[in-house]
Amino acid sequence: MLAALRCVIRRDLLLAARRSSDVLTVLLFFVIVVSLFPLGVGPDAGLLRTIAPGVIWVAALLASMLALQRMFASDHADGTLEQMLLGATPLGMTVAAKVFAHWVISGLPLVLISPVLALQFDFPQEFLGVLALSLALGTPVLSLIGAIGAALTLGLRGGGALLSLLVLPLYVPVLIIGAGAAEAAVSGLGGHAQLLLLGALLVFAVAFAPWAAAVALRISTE
Amino acid sequence: MGKIAGTSSLEAVNLHCVRGERKLFGALNFTLRSGELLRIAGANGSGKTSLLRIACGLLEPTRGEMRWAGENIRRLQEEFWRQLVYIGHANAIKDDLTATENLHVACTLAGISVQPAQIREALRRLGLAGCEDLPARMLSQGQRRRTTLARLALSEAVPLWILDEPFAALDSEAVEHVQNLIAAHLSRGAAVILTTHLEARIAAAMRIDLERT
Repeated sequence: MLAALRCVIRRDLLLAARRSSDVLTVLLFFVIVVSLFPLGVGPDAGLLRTIAPGVIWVAALLASMLALQRMFASDHADGTLEQMLLGATPLGMTVAAKVFAHWVISGLPLVLISPVLALQFDFPQEFLGVLALSLALGTPVLSLIGAIGAALTLGLRGGGALLSLLVLPLYVPVLIIGAGAAEAAVSGLGGHAQLLLLGALLVFAVAFAPWAAAVALRISTE
Repeated sequence: MGKIAGTSSLEAVNLHCVRGERKLFGALNFTLRSGELLRIAGANGSGKTSLLRIACGLLEPTRGEMRWAGENIRRLQEEFWRQLVYIGHANAIKDDLTATENLHVACTLAGISVQPAQIREALRRLGLAGCEDLPARMLSQGQRRRTTLARLALSEAVPLWILDEPFAALDSEAVEHVQNLIAAHLSRGAAVILTTHLEARIAAAMRIDLERT
């Protein structure tokens, strides 16, 4: 079973490497959206510092939204998904492997680049770590919740818009807690409580989301 | 070539299938024992693919159930799927992966561990020698189908094959190869279900004709 999971992860990463434009689109989208704010809001350092965590988090959320539709679509189109449904590995595990690969491709780059982007907002350097850590804990939750939505809207016409409507409300708690972590750290309260909550959300999502997505996949491929 | 030990039978009990408003078939019963070939015939749109998808558990029948070794396949899940090879209309081939990589992924998902040498041998048997390391997007339609079917050569220990139009897009030489694979598999005591428009050389033990309603 582990061999199958390793194989799925390796395959998805290999496919992303051979089609790197998909990865770059998401990353560039994130960079551009975040960079628009300092240009639009103006050079008020105090204001920029205040909005930095919120802006970066909303941009990360939209960027991860952008990548969601691709999670199962190509496997659905070429029949690989059917083979996964009939695989020897429980479908939930296969889905978890796919979500992990999807996060490495579309979430991890955002986490890694976020400290650099935060500098545009004159964000205090000693709290860059908290911001990156909140994203590192939060973006996998976004991918996991998104997987359920992507599975439910698979093969539907206009699935993209429906997916956003379905998933964005579910992202709200992650957004509030995630952006709150860096804000609390800056204001001197320390972001530990929020980071712990994010961690708890992540554990919860890892345990349940892949199975929910698996059930959704079985329904939408019938 | 050893016999497959302890094969079970696949049983359809009172299957009904309604897709949308249309009734595809009703009250369908059959029992497929080891060593038997079931050929499903019928016009386009008569429900052949739906029947195959029900037989492998991708689709829930409107009424009735499929049983493997006397157990409903819905309950067996992975236990049943480990003993099944399903090859559908779609080739499940990724354009950006090579034939070897595609075949490796297909086998690993099915829980069969294969060595690179075995994969090359299987591709060679299907007449794909020299194309092993080309990205699948460079292959022709027939070569892609051959890549998918090369999985059969690596699934000799799997007691049930369900093949949806396996000969589509294949040339006569490849059809011959695949028929040989199926015949050899049947002689090992495995069961095979297939749909085809070709008059197959292998005698089918059973034939179900679906009427278009």
